[in-house]
Amino acid sequence: MLNGISINYYLLLSTVLFIIGAVGVMARRNSIIIFMCIELMLNAVNLMLVSFSTLHNDPKGQVFVFFIMAVAASEVAVGLAILTMIYRNIKHIDTDLLTNLKN
Amino acid sequence: MIKLIGLVPLFPLIGFLINGFFGKKMSKSLSGGIACVSVLASFVVAVLAFLELQHSANKSHVIELFSWINSDTLKIPFSLLFDPLSSIFLLIITGIGFLIHIYSTGYMHDDDGFSRFFTYLNLFVFFMLLLVLGNNYLVMFVGWEGVGLCSYLLIGFWFKNTAFNNAARKAFVMNRIGDLGFLMGIILIFVTYGSISYGEVFAKAGTGGTAVVTSIALLLFIGAIGKSAQIPLYTWLPDAMAGPTPVSALIHAATMVTAGIYMVVRSNVFYSISEVASETVAVVGIATALFAATIGLLQNDIKKILAYSTVSQLGLMFLGLGVGAYSSSVFHVTTHAFFKALLFLGAGSVIHAMGGEQDVRKMGGLKGKIKITYITMLLGTIAISGIPPFSGFFSKDEILAHVYEHNKILWFLGMVTSMLTAFYMFRMLFLTFFGNFRGTHEQEHHLHESPKSMTVPLMVLAGLSVVGGLIGLPEFWGQHNWIGEYLSPIILRPDPSILSHETEWTLMGLAVLAAGVVIYFAHAMFITNDVLPENNEEKLKPWQKLIANKYYVDELYNAVVTKPLDIISSFFHKFMDLQVVDGIVNSTGKAVTGIGSVVRLLQTGNIGFYIVSMVLGVVLILLFTFII
Repeated sequence: MLNGISINYYLLLSTVLFIIGAVGVMARRNSIIIFMCIELMLNAVNLMLVSFSTLHNDPKGQVFVFFIMAVAASEVAVGLAILTMIYRNIKHIDTDLLTNLKN
Repeated sequence: MIKLIGLVPLFPLIGFLINGFFGKKMSKSLSGGIACVSVLASFVVAVLAFLELQHSANKSHVIELFSWINSDTLKIPFSLLFDPLSSIFLLIITGIGFLIHIYSTGYMHDDDGFSRFFTYLNLFVFFMLLLVLGNNYLVMFVGWEGVGLCSYLLIGFWFKNTAFNNAARKAFVMNRIGDLGFLMGIILIFVTYGSISYGEVFAKAGTGGTAVVTSIALLLFIGAIGKSAQIPLYTWLPDAMAGPTPVSALIHAATMVTAGIYMVVRSNVFYSISEVASETVAVVGIATALFAATIGLLQNDIKKILAYSTVSQLGLMFLGLGVGAYSSSVFHVTTHAFFKALLFLGAGSVIHAMGGEQDVRKMGGLKGKIKITYITMLLGTIAISGIPPFSGFFSKDEILAHVYEHNKILWFLGMVTSMLTAFYMFRMLFLTFFGNFRGTHEQEHHLHESPKSMTVPLMVLAGLSVVGGLIGLPEFWGQHNWIGEYLSPIILRPDPSILSHETEWTLMGLAVLAAGVVIYFAHAMFITNDVLPENNEEKLKPWQKLIANKYYVDELYNAVVTKPLDIISSFFHKFMDLQVVDGIVNSTGKAVTGIGSVVRLLQTGNIGFYIVSMVLGVVLILLFTFII
């Protein structure tokens, strides 16, 4: 029990968030949305780590989450810059149009 | 000097390296000079060591250079052995080698491959010295293979000529057959005695059991058959005359082909134990001697005559080995090296004068034009024919006396051989130097004596051919047979003659009489009656045709060995290689291309599709893990 709520609910929430993220990544074509979905998946994992950390009374998981957040933040900075460059080049951010590597 | 015996093979090796790496940039005189000096230096060291050995109480010096192979029970040091046998061979190789190097600077002077020639020649001398100096069978084997390689390189020296290349290849392949026997012999020695050092092996030789010793002796003899051109592997030697003439003199007359004799003498312990092996050696020897001598009767190429003569003389030496007359055979090796090198170099001088002509039918009447060559070759011919007091007489007579002791039939055949030898040698001499000139007008105009660098070695060798017999004067003359006594420490059962003096005198008289009659007969035929060899093969009598075509042995080998091999090879080429092997390789390639052309369609470039595939993949992996 965490704060009076069963661990199962935390895990359920985390899973739901992860699946929403995954489906979003697969289904959407707008690069920014895909990007946001990836963040969603990362945070779903973060949530799970924190839950287990508290459950086991082990701070390691929480430390790990800090790292993930830091990495995610820098990743956002790089990712958004890439998106900006893509937009400048093809005036669009639809992933289906990014097929230059095919040939 | 004996401690420094390693220098003897080292000098030619240095000469080889210098000529091999920088020969092309050097002038001809420098390149030839380095080659000659390196062999001369070896000769000087060899002579000094030889003199030291005379006064040394210990007759067998082992000089260990370094540890070569060291693996568990297999310990093979790279060590040299200096004893009476190797000292004699050292003197022959470096001494005659030096003279032939000098001769070559004249003979090869206008050749483009001048420095290449001396590179090979020096390398040959190095390997040959290694062969006779090694203290175990493996060092001998290294030299053995090395001289084979150099022989191949030098026979095919003029590599733009396909026939010469074929001759080189033939020599190499024939030698390989023998080498396999030799190698198996070495392995059997190691397996039986646990060592391949001469000293250890010979000390334990008797413990091996007769059957094993016989196998070892016969396997080693197979190696000797290949290298020393005995039946059935002799056909490479006449073809080897494709090489430059100094090569024929050095490698295919004086030194390399006697390696087989050296090896049998070195291993005389095995042959003394095994009666069967000795008999085989004797029979193969006399068969080769007789067979080659008859072929020599009707050859028309001056070098081919000498080549068959070499084969025949080698056969005679093996006959001597077979009856246990080891020191007599070494004696004959020595005198043969003198007069056969002389004859080959003389033939080279004739060919030089004739502008490359080798056919005796197109020569004649040369004795006035090239006097020095004529006189030296005459001396060489007398020496090989066995006329006293020339060197060949003593050595041949010693062998025949031992053969007479052993077996009268073999002796008779040996006598026939030496009569044939006298006949074909004088036939060659008469056809070349007597009568009228039969070449073209242009050749007659071109005739000239060879330069000093070529005639001086001829004169030295002629001197040696005349007096060389002094090292082995017959004992029943009340003389001191130096070489027999000198070699006795390395021979298990020295074989002093047990014949009565009367018998020996009779045998000797018979031999001289026979040679005299044969020479008179040759004189009557080729000078008095002026009989010339038939040019038109159609007019030859059947037996002459058989001999002129060398008994069709080459054709026989062609039909029995080469042709079937060709057929098998072409089957393997056309079916196994082109169909099966290529088929497997090509269809692998085609399959990959085919699969690729289908799978390539998956690469759409659509990011969404890639992501879906990835997720599906992860899900599949997870499912898979759970199921298992």
